[in-house]
Amino acid sequence: MPKKRIVLTFPNRLVDQPITYHLIKDHNLMVNILRANVTPKEEGRLVVEISGKKKDMESGMNYLKEMGVDTQPLTRDVRWHKDRCTQCTACISICPSGAFVVNREDMSVSFKKDKCIACELCIPICPYRAVEVLF
Amino acid sequence: MAKTIAEINEKIKKGEAVVFTAEEIIDRVKEKGTEKAAQEVDVVTTGTFGPMCGSGAYLNLGHSKPRIKIGGGKAFLNDVLLYTGFAAVDVYLGATAIPDYDPKNTVFPGGFQYGGGHVIEDLVGGKDVKLTVTAYGTDCYPRKSVETMINIKHINEAVLFNPRNSYQNYNVAVNLSDSIIYTYMGILQPGMGNANYCSAGQLSPLLNDPYYRTIGIGTRIFLGGGVGYVAWNGTQHNPCVSRTKNGVPRVPAGTIAVIGDLKQMSPKWLRGTSLTGYGATLTVGIGIPIPILDEEILKHTAVADEDIFTPVVDYSVAYPEREPGTLGEVNYAQLKSGKISIKGETVKTAGLSSYVKAKEIAETLKGSIKKGAFLLTEPVATLPSVESGISFKPMPSRPVKKVK
Repeated sequence: MPKKRIVLTFPNRLVDQPITYHLIKDHNLMVNILRANVTPKEEGRLVVEISGKKKDMESGMNYLKEMGVDTQPLTRDVRWHKDRCTQCTACISICPSGAFVVNREDMSVSFKKDKCIACELCIPICPYRAVEVLF
Repeated sequence: MAKTIAEINEKIKKGEAVVFTAEEIIDRVKEKGTEKAAQEVDVVTTGTFGPMCGSGAYLNLGHSKPRIKIGGGKAFLNDVLLYTGFAAVDVYLGATAIPDYDPKNTVFPGGFQYGGGHVIEDLVGGKDVKLTVTAYGTDCYPRKSVETMINIKHINEAVLFNPRNSYQNYNVAVNLSDSIIYTYMGILQPGMGNANYCSAGQLSPLLNDPYYRTIGIGTRIFLGGGVGYVAWNGTQHNPCVSRTKNGVPRVPAGTIAVIGDLKQMSPKWLRGTSLTGYGATLTVGIGIPIPILDEEILKHTAVADEDIFTPVVDYSVAYPEREPGTLGEVNYAQLKSGKISIKGETVKTAGLSSYVKAKEIAETLKGSIKKGAFLLTEPVATLPSVESGISFKPMPSRPVKKVK
């Protein structure tokens, strides 16, 4: 079953609309909210994992587009600056989704973008500010 | 089989020196035994790369026209406060200094995005930085203010001079309280949610020469990507602590003060560092070659992570209140595995010192020595060791007398 992690940005006119409800009810999609940030009368952002049949995913995405919800893949928003990272491993114990992993053989750090849920816990932890989340 | 440093240097000059890193030597000694390995190997190289707050640089900025006496005045580089209590245009830039406008921890936890360590990284990276000075003015130094851009290329001296680096072993930090704490050992989750450590372990310079038999005053080292020297023992140097059978301290012990020409260093090995809720600092790369003069010295360099033990300390109460006692002892092999057991609980670990970079430093130094580009030095004096009787003193607490 296709699955993707996306960031939904709602303009203020849509903040009080039950968009997630319609994605589930009308488009038969599984919606897992990883993160939400809604400012009443301003805008809302949801980081969601959506899964469902290909046909349902397409109709769901079309619905979002028609409603004026901006969608973009989550991976585009989280940046690991490898050149700034010193491979110290400070981020390893805090990362809840296993996006930051360390190879215990040589202690090198790598970042698996597709596992990141943009929780931002690593941001204040990194002493070299090597992770950036652009929202 | 005892060798001398002069003999080793002859081999280095001929390109014949046998050099191992402190990681490689472990298996070599297992294969060959200490006696044979000590005959074969001339030098073992070590490395470490971690935040070291006891760092800074002194600079001579040159004389303005008309002259200004910065000494006794106020000066800033990129708004970071400098120490000016020296001669007219000499200043000291400390790694943990921060701009006046930084909110610090008034907006808790402070981000400390830019401080002295970052200015050092910018300077050494060849970036222009802003110098701001105010002074009181004298007959011979009449000018009262200066604002200009400066560049490391155009100032007389830029010398990295770190009064305390390269700690021989360090605590593992945990948080026993029920709320998050922000420390120099990183962010510690409540209820022992994580455990942070900070040492290169088996690669760390002073852990490979536990009694300071070869590392002494005048030892030539890899410092920040350039060449430096051990200037003195570091502050808080504390050799008379509990040690394991192999001589390795079981708690933080020795330290070194190091010095070197900042102009020859690289921003790759001197990194501005921000510790959330704690402050700004500098991450320093240091590598020290250990001449294998006899079997005992070699045996010490073969120390492995599983032989190095360190205490687990609570940073919510025990550390800040200076209460004695620890939560137990773990070794670096356990720490590097990703989890340790403390009082029967499994706790996830994370490092603040980069093993990858420490190894790169040890390998770089090995390469320089093998190609004859780095000669070893005889220390001009030794560092105080276990027989020194040094004791670690707390700050006194005495009634303040009125000064007339």
